[in-house]
Amino acid sequence: MSPATAAPEGFLLVLAIFGPVLGIPLLLILGGRHAGRIGLVLLALELGIVVAIAATVIRRGDALEYVLGGWAPPLGVLLRADGLSIVMLATTAVVIGAAGLYARSDFGMPRGIPETRAPQVFWTLLLTIWAALNAVFLASDLFTLFVALELLTLGAVPLVGLSGRPEALTAALRYLLFSLLGSALFLLGVALLYGSYGTLDIALLAERVRVEPTTQLAAALMTVGLLTKTALFPLHIWLPAAHAAAPAAASALISGLVVKGSFVLIIRVWVDALPGVATPMAAQLLGALGAAAILVGSVLALRQARLKMLIAYSTVAQIGYLFLAFPLASATQLGTAAWTGGILQAVSHALAKASMCLAAGLIAKSIGHDRILDMEGIGRVLPVPLFAFGLAGLSLMGLPPSGGFMAKWLLLRAAIEGAQWWWILIIVSGGLLTGGYLFRVLSRALARSDRALPLRSTVDRRGELLVLGLALLSIGVGLVPLASLYIVHIGRAL
Amino acid sequence: MTPTITTLYGLLAAALVGLGLYGLLTQPHPLRKILAFNVLGGGLFLVFGVVLRQGATAGFPADPVAQAFVIIAIVVALAGTALAVAIMLRLFAETGRVTLRPEPPAPGDGKDADS
Repeated sequence: MSPATAAPEGFLLVLAIFGPVLGIPLLLILGGRHAGRIGLVLLALELGIVVAIAATVIRRGDALEYVLGGWAPPLGVLLRADGLSIVMLATTAVVIGAAGLYARSDFGMPRGIPETRAPQVFWTLLLTIWAALNAVFLASDLFTLFVALELLTLGAVPLVGLSGRPEALTAALRYLLFSLLGSALFLLGVALLYGSYGTLDIALLAERVRVEPTTQLAAALMTVGLLTKTALFPLHIWLPAAHAAAPAAASALISGLVVKGSFVLIIRVWVDALPGVATPMAAQLLGALGAAAILVGSVLALRQARLKMLIAYSTVAQIGYLFLAFPLASATQLGTAAWTGGILQAVSHALAKASMCLAAGLIAKSIGHDRILDMEGIGRVLPVPLFAFGLAGLSLMGLPPSGGFMAKWLLLRAAIEGAQWWWILIIVSGGLLTGGYLFRVLSRALARSDRALPLRSTVDRRGELLVLGLALLSIGVGLVPLASLYIVHIGRAL
Repeated sequence: MTPTITTLYGLLAAALVGLGLYGLLTQPHPLRKILAFNVLGGGLFLVFGVVLRQGATAGFPADPVAQAFVIIAIVVALAGTALAVAIMLRLFAETGRVTLRPEPPAPGDGKDADS
């Protein structure tokens, strides 16, 4: 056992995963009427735990580890928080917290109204997704990662079908079938690796791995499986319908977080577990799929008639940027700038997209529909959600100063350093197209209109603060000094 | 343990994985897709079976870690299948038919997008 495992703070990692899980039986016992309150208490507790983990890892300058039950790998399960983990844990806590607070108005149960099942189900699924995401970020062997990923899918799919309408159920079923295919391919790769090396622990695999056909086949199977869950073009076709069918808080989770879980896993497989197995050609292919996602997703977003679908296709496009990091990192010597850019893109997109989804939810709730053409002049009655939408859009376009700008600038820098000019064209034209579809919404919403706009309901003040806060955070990530962004590499081989 | 039996199991596993993958991608009906996923899963578990026979060392007839993996993987596949069947039944109860084709947009599409 290394001295790192003896750190008493290591138990925080267990709490990060089991905190949300402990909340689920409480929800069942106390009933849906208290769901919101239990959820909020857990949100606060978990946020504290995540801050404590992040502070410990940054203070030590090394990864924090905990061996479950004292059984060291390869037999036991090791939880490990490195720089990438803490960044993603913190993003998850913020976005889940915002979605939970937002959902209090959608799934709240005022006194005097008969109790319904929806709030209890929503909060149970929210906590499941949270536990699963934390497990994905903290687990350090491929089998535990597989189980965590499955738990994530099993939490996210019912959230899509929560409304029970036929199109929502169809979307949920499609999402589930795609996900099952993805996890089967991933598991096949895991089985091949275990057969070759006799271990699934990431650190041990990295020591033992040899470049040979079986390993490459395993890596390819795992990558394709994970791409299905990440919804990278052309495996994105389940995402828009699932996104549109889900309630606003759920689509913020799916677009912002759930797809990032499998993205982090791809980084773990390519960089941490199987270093040197992926050829430069494979990295270029992944980048090319990312580029295609940016172009196709953005053009399709331009053509959507409904705001929710526009946001969904924008997610398809922004996921593409994540995968530009792979070819860029393989071309430069260390790839540090490219990986930092890719991870920063994951964080700033999660914050910006959550803000956009919730803002779109507020707009749809107030005016009763989300047809972009009929949104003429809503800027007059819904200034705050629209302002948040615009701010989040700045981050997506990559205009300074914003998290998206920093991410894209790091990717651009890596492209210049590695002399791969073709990615520069993609990054820049993607930004232009993003500006195009955002302009479509904003120009319509800010147009002068003499029509009276009947509002279905008054705008939720708390919801407005939330979307504004998220949008400001996604901008604020861009103001963090560049040197401190390198915390994502703490405890990693990069 | 003879190598021929392990090879035979390996080939069977490959055939099951291929069949399941083909069915999952080509069959239009959700129930057939779910069944195909389970065929694929059967093949996967057999791959683990081959692996755990190969890993038989130190007095064990088979590698115990791989056995644990298989059992957990079966539980996970069961959970996924159960959820898929539950959604399918609910879809049938709501619409009277089960298909993955998106419905034609009804007039007034976009209404109540957030309800």
